Amino acid sequence: MEVIDLAWWQLGLAALLVIALAGCSAMSQLGVGRSLLIAATRTVIQLTLIGLVLEALFTVAHLHWVALMSLAMLLVAGREVMARQKHRLKGGWAFGIGTLSMFVSSFTVTVLTLTVIVGPEPWYTPQYAIPLLGMMLGNTMTGVALSLDRLTDSVWRQRAVIENRLMLGQRWHEAVGDLRREAMRSGMIPTINAMAAAGVVSLPGMMTGQILAGSPPSLAVKYQILVMFTITVGTGFGTMAAVAAGSRRLFDERERLRLDRLSRQRQ
Amino acid sequence: MKQPPLLRLDAISIGHLHAVSLEVAAGDIVCLSGPSGSGKTRLLRAIADLEPHGGEAWLGNIARGDWRGSDWRHRVMLIPADSQWWYERVGEHFPDPRCESLKASLAQLGFAADALDWDVAQLSSGEKQRLGLLRAIAHRPKVLLLDEPTANLDADNITRCEAWLRQQICDTPLAALWVAHDMDQIARVATRHLHIAGQHLEPQAWK
Repeated sequence: MEVIDLAWWQLGLAALLVIALAGCSAMSQLGVGRSLLIAATRTVIQLTLIGLVLEALFTVAHLHWVALMSLAMLLVAGREVMARQKHRLKGGWAFGIGTLSMFVSSFTVTVLTLTVIVGPEPWYTPQYAIPLLGMMLGNTMTGVALSLDRLTDSVWRQRAVIENRLMLGQRWHEAVGDLRREAMRSGMIPTINAMAAAGVVSLPGMMTGQILAGSPPSLAVKYQILVMFTITVGTGFGTMAAVAAGSRRLFDERERLRLDRLSRQRQ
Repeated sequence: MKQPPLLRLDAISIGHLHAVSLEVAAGDIVCLSGPSGSGKTRLLRAIADLEPHGGEAWLGNIARGDWRGSDWRHRVMLIPADSQWWYERVGEHFPDPRCESLKASLAQLGFAADALDWDVAQLSSGEKQRLGLLRAIAHRPKVLLLDEPTANLDADNITRCEAWLRQQICDTPLAALWVAHDMDQIARVATRHLHIAGQHLEPQAWK
C-alpha cells in the first residue's frame, strides 16, 4: 500500500480548524486562545525543523551525528525536567540528577534494544535509533519530572515529620522512606496505566503511525509491544535512580534534612 | 581518673549564640531559659546535630563526629514541643509496644492502658506532647533535650509529667537539658539554671 502524500494546503485546512477553535475560545473568554495559537505555531516550526534535521541525519548516518542529536535531545529533556519542578534542588543538581538518570536509563535501554533485540545494520541506524530514543526520553522525562516534583514537594510539606523521625534516631532513608516510595510510584504509574489501557482505550500513536505508513497491523503491534516494554523499563529505572539520588541530596553527610538545598517556590 | 560528664558541649555556635560550652552529668537537669527568639530551640537543634553549626559535642569520651548523625541523635534525643505522628496508631511509633515499663509509664502519665491502640488523628495537643515524651524515652536515649516539655499541658498533667520525667532522669540516669519559661517549674525540677543573655548562657543564682 502506498502512503498518500499530504500537501501543505491540506494541512492548512486542519490549521483553519485550529484557528476556528481559537476564535471560539476567545469568544467564550477561556483565556487560552493566545497560547493555543502560539503552541500550534510552535508545533509547525519545531516539527518542520526536526524534519529537515532528520532528513539530513538519515542521509549522513554517521555515529557521531547520531550521538550529537541524542545528546541535544537529552539536554532539552533535562531542562524540561528541571522546569517542571516547583521546589528544585539548587546549584545545578535538579538538572544534573534529572539528566543523568534519564541518560543512564534511556540510553542503556535504547542501545540494548537496538543491539540485542531489533538489530539494524549498523546498530545506530538513525531511522531506528532516533525515534526509539525520542519515545524513551519523552516518557522517561515525564516520569522523572513527576517523581522529582512529588519528592521535593512532599518533603517540603512534611519536613516536621521527617525531622521528628530523625530526632528519634532514624537513618535518613528510613525518615524519608515513605515519601521516596510514593514519589517513585507516582513516576511509574502513568506508564503502567498506559500499558493497561493500550489497544482498549487508546490506540498507541506509534502503532497508528506505522499502520498509516503501510505496515501490516501484526508487525505494528509487535513494535508497539516492544516500545511499551522498553518505555516502561526506561521510565521505571530512570524514576528510581532520580528519586534515589534526589532524596540523598536532600540530606547531608550528618544525615540532616537540608531544605536550604531547595529553591523557593516559584510565584 | 575522673568520670567524664555524660554530655559536654564545646564552643557550640548557632544563630547569635556564640561559643556555648557546657557540661551535664548523668542525673543532672539543666534548665535553660531566655526570651523568645533568643535561640533556645536552635541551640537544642544544634546539639542534636539537626542544623549546620560550629563547635563539637561529646557523649562521655566519644566526640559527636565519630558517630553517624542518626546514631548520635538516637542517644542525644531532642523532643520538640509539638510531636509528629506518621502511622495510623500510636503504638506503631514505639520500638517495643508490649514492654512492661512502658505500661507503667503510661499509667503514670495518666493514660488508659489501651492508649497505644488510639488513632493518632484523635490525639489532643496535650496527649501528643505526653505521648511524644513517652515515645522518646522508649527509644532509650542517654541525653534528653527537652523543648518546653509541658507547654501544652494543664496543671495536673504538668505535675504528673514533671514527676515522671524526674524519675526517668534520676533512675536511668540520664542527662537533661530542659528549656522552660516558668520560673516555678525551673525551681521545681532544675539542678542548675542557665539564662540566655545575648550571645552567651549565664548561670542563675537560685533556691
